Amino acid sequence: MNELITANVIVLSAIALIAAVVLYYIAQKFKTEDNPLEEKIAALLPQANCGACGKAGCADFARACVKADNEAFAHLYCPAGGSKVMTAVAKELGFSTPEHEPAVAVLHCNGSCRNAPDKTEYIGLKSCRLANRAFVGKTGCPNGCLRLGDCVTNCPFGAIRMDEETGLPRVDPDKCTACGACVRICPRGLYEIRPRGKSGVMVYVACSNRQKGAVARKNCAAACIGCKKCAQICPEITVADNLSHIPVSVSADVYGEKLAAACPTGAIVCRRTKGENND
Amino acid sequence: MTKLKTFAIGGCHPDKHKTTSDRPIEDAGIPETVCIPVCQHIGRPAKILVKKGDRVKTGTLIADADDVISADVHSSVSGEVVKIEENIGKTGYPEIMITVKTDGDDWEESIDRSPETVADITLTGGEIIRRIRKAGIVGMGGAGFPTAAKLSPPPGKKIDTLIINGIECEPWLTADDRLMREKTEEIIIGAKILNKALGIQNAVVAIDENKPQAAALMQKLTRRYVGVNVAVCRTKYPQGAERQLIAAVTGREVPPGCLPADAGCLVQNAGTAFAVYEAVQKNKPLFERVVTVSGDNLDHPGNYRVRLGTPAAYLIEKAAPREEAAEIIFGGPMMGQSGVNPAAPVTKTTSGILCFGAQSVFRPQPTECIRCGRCTEVCPQGLEPFAIKNLTRRGDYQAAKKIHVLDCIECGSCSYVCPARIPLTDYCKLAKYEIRKKK
Repeated sequence: MNELITANVIVLSAIALIAAVVLYYIAQKFKTEDNPLEEKIAALLPQANCGACGKAGCADFARACVKADNEAFAHLYCPAGGSKVMTAVAKELGFSTPEHEPAVAVLHCNGSCRNAPDKTEYIGLKSCRLANRAFVGKTGCPNGCLRLGDCVTNCPFGAIRMDEETGLPRVDPDKCTACGACVRICPRGLYEIRPRGKSGVMVYVACSNRQKGAVARKNCAAACIGCKKCAQICPEITVADNLSHIPVSVSADVYGEKLAAACPTGAIVCRRTKGENND
Repeated sequence: MTKLKTFAIGGCHPDKHKTTSDRPIEDAGIPETVCIPVCQHIGRPAKILVKKGDRVKTGTLIADADDVISADVHSSVSGEVVKIEENIGKTGYPEIMITVKTDGDDWEESIDRSPETVADITLTGGEIIRRIRKAGIVGMGGAGFPTAAKLSPPPGKKIDTLIINGIECEPWLTADDRLMREKTEEIIIGAKILNKALGIQNAVVAIDENKPQAAALMQKLTRRYVGVNVAVCRTKYPQGAERQLIAAVTGREVPPGCLPADAGCLVQNAGTAFAVYEAVQKNKPLFERVVTVSGDNLDHPGNYRVRLGTPAAYLIEKAAPREEAAEIIFGGPMMGQSGVNPAAPVTKTTSGILCFGAQSVFRPQPTECIRCGRCTEVCPQGLEPFAIKNLTRRGDYQAAKKIHVLDCIECGSCSYVCPARIPLTDYCKLAKYEIRKKK
């Protein structure tokens, strides 16, 4: 009995010793140099791995930051973390803090349950991307929101939720980091990442319908009919394909209220975003 | 009893509901206005040749194909072009349509309207293909691929067998069944014409065993035509799908991502064969087709010969609806398109218009997958729909691609058999769409 135990101890110890030598050898042979600075930078980042910066996750972004010179660094920006994070990263690397205007996702559709009542029913898989291929949508508007919530399920920050009253997705400006996941997922391209503006007031056209005014109005009370009233107020606004476009350069402080009041259908929305997390 | 042919993997047996198979094809008549879409096929829309106010006859070319993968469009009535603009199609999306206001039925002189069956094929192969292209014929089973393009296979691919698809595996639909019973000889001549265009000698008319009259008639008449045979297949859904039909009739498998031509086969629908006969022997372009109008909401369902562009509502009205339809389907219930707009027109690919009442349109809330494996059992492509569903839900489309979601033919068998009522086909469609978008 004792012999058996001794033999076992000797054999197992020998195996352990050989394995330890092999492991040590391999560890030395295939050693990679980790940059401690990269890890430090990565720790400052939100670690959401949302890809909004254009890099493959936060670690990749940190690597790019460390490699960058002053000029290249100015082009790097983490939309999820905002200027707060970028200031910390710049401080760590000894660069000057880059300037970046805070932004938020806005939905270019106001086809709520009241404005655009349901005409048909949809009983398939609850996915906008699928429904978009199958049919025009419950409201009948070929450009409007399908209200099935692909943006809600795909927002990495939980900033979008379905508003039960309007039936439309609602972006929470406090949580929105302008990462652009909703822009990429929406099959009808209804989202835009828009600067919040200096005083936090934004003005935009909450409609994407390009049909003629009368046709568009049949499906939705809040459709842009391309009447050009807004273009008369501010010459920077362009109207093409029966749809008005308010460029970012139009000052919401000066024109916002006026434009929203002048729009006969209520397609132009003037809104205050209180979100402060990017500042 | 000899064993009937069928495909080996998967398949299911939805309720047949072929209630209209004993109703002869009736003429649906000519509606007051027809809306003819310029894109009724896969490929580029045809270029419009007429303008508002023009007079057209029945069979006049109104839109011209300016690409290989495109098809000519002809007027289906005689009258005046009143509108060329976007109209709401069956999916609710606007489509460009040519609206013609009808006055009488004045056919183009070049069309042979005599009732005799012309059996002699005088044209050469090239001329036949040109005639088919000029007649605007597309696959009439549902996909709508231009037939002329299909008849010119890519170089290096050798086709030895033509299969005429008379399976009609979708429930409710009986249009092909009726056509095979009433225009048997014409379909056989159509097959001979297609054979000549392809330069081959072998055609097989495939018919499901649930159409015994059509099969018997076809067997009787094909004895007179050398090179045309009949294959009676055991009923199983989706036998009418191209790949499954080739497997059933010839035992060959079309490799994933390849065309039927890679297996030496070419499949044409029975309705297409009839249209080819009319185009080549009678010089008649494709402007009417047989449509099954059926469903549990209709008192007088039937099979109708319909001019293209006729509103679906006009046909439903003819079939005496009981109540307001809860759902209208263009095509069959398994793969067809649920229609949003009843005023949408019949097109070249509309094989049926089904109208259901509220009691039968019902989809229970899906519950969780119970891992019974029935979806895998029935998938005719040998895929694992439950695994595709899991990956799609997670957004991992690349992994879904690795388990061959792109080979899915969207037949709907998995959704049909799922005891948890999970819309598995929808998940497959979503994954396919996302993968193709990323390319």
